[in-house]
Amino acid sequence: MSLAVSTPLPSTEADVAHVKRIWKAFWILLILTILELGLGLTIYFINLGANPNELLVLVIKGVICIFTLAKAFYIISIFMHLGDEVRSMILTIGIPMGLFIWFIIAFIADGSSYRNLRNTDAGSRKYIEQRERVHQPALTPAPAEKSDKKLD
Amino acid sequence: METAVANTRTSLWSGGRSPFNVSYGKLMMWFFLVSDSFTFGAFLISYGSIRFSQNDWVDHNAVFSKFPGIDANLPLAFVSLMTFILIFSSVTMVLAVHQGHKMNQKGVEKWLFLTILGGLGFLVCQALEWTHLITHTHEVLVNGVLQHWGTTTSHNPWGPHVMFNGAMVATPGPVAFGGYFFGITGFHGFHVTCGVIINIIMLIKTKRGDFQMRGHYEMIEKAGLYWHFVDLVWVFVFLCFYLI
Repeated sequence: MSLAVSTPLPSTEADVAHVKRIWKAFWILLILTILELGLGLTIYFINLGANPNELLVLVIKGVICIFTLAKAFYIISIFMHLGDEVRSMILTIGIPMGLFIWFIIAFIADGSSYRNLRNTDAGSRKYIEQRERVHQPALTPAPAEKSDKKLD
Repeated sequence: METAVANTRTSLWSGGRSPFNVSYGKLMMWFFLVSDSFTFGAFLISYGSIRFSQNDWVDHNAVFSKFPGIDANLPLAFVSLMTFILIFSSVTMVLAVHQGHKMNQKGVEKWLFLTILGGLGFLVCQALEWTHLITHTHEVLVNGVLQHWGTTTSHNPWGPHVMFNGAMVATPGPVAFGGYFFGITGFHGFHVTCGVIINIIMLIKTKRGDFQMRGHYEMIEKAGLYWHFVDLVWVFVFLCFYLI
């Protein structure tokens, strides 16, 4: 079997540049991941406080989502070499992914609506927000509000 | 270059050449990955949908706060290790593909071996994490009685805390959490397992010199596409379960 072993092709300047590009993508991914972890820990420490700023947490989560999309872009375009393919190939793979825009918005809105319907008994009563946070003990929960909570 | 493309545009789809300039196998691998991304996407979006429908979800920083062998509160630490392992195994895979382009058998073997090690390391980490979640029990107040629950597909001890006998005690959280977590990370782990098996087969075929005989290492490229996809999915699983 080893008769077929041939000598590797000589390394050209283009190869050196290519390998450099791969390692550059790796460092970018690593730094983005470390930044994400830093932001994740920031959320952790914000939530440790007595009155966490929910808007700030939401903004940080949005930034983490953007970093994740950037990571996905680098993996697909450099590691999977989609960036080096012909344009029609990139579009053939990329355009179906646009469905995810509808997919995410539609189903998150659906879940959100379900929560609202349950909290207000399909709009028949006002929702009294009952915050049961870790730092805020709820003493005796009103029986009417327990209907949406499974305790078994 | 522009004019050359313009001149050939009419004949691009009339046969005799590959319009996408890729082989059949590679194109089909891409189409499979597109379909697989919708499978994972559907799982993750369904998770998001259920999570948005609940007034309380779990605090992931409390659930995933342990590092095996260390008895301290370390949120995000273990999963960062898993993420770094997978990113590193992705870079070793792309280097194996590059060595394949250069017809360098020894180089392919070396980088492919490191990729397999990375994949196995990730799977070991996931097994440790699952074992910890399932077997490590927590105090939960169930119908006025204190019980000890592990995190499983039917039990979630990470619900909101209430005052009980002068101490704060957790109540059961949404059951869906365990199902989604073990379902999605399990499906991803299954993909990693398949990827490791595919890479082992590729390593054996490389060592036998099959690709040298064939004259190209395109199989390594296809395995590489799959492996990078597994890494890509982890980026989103990591986002949905551990970060937000």
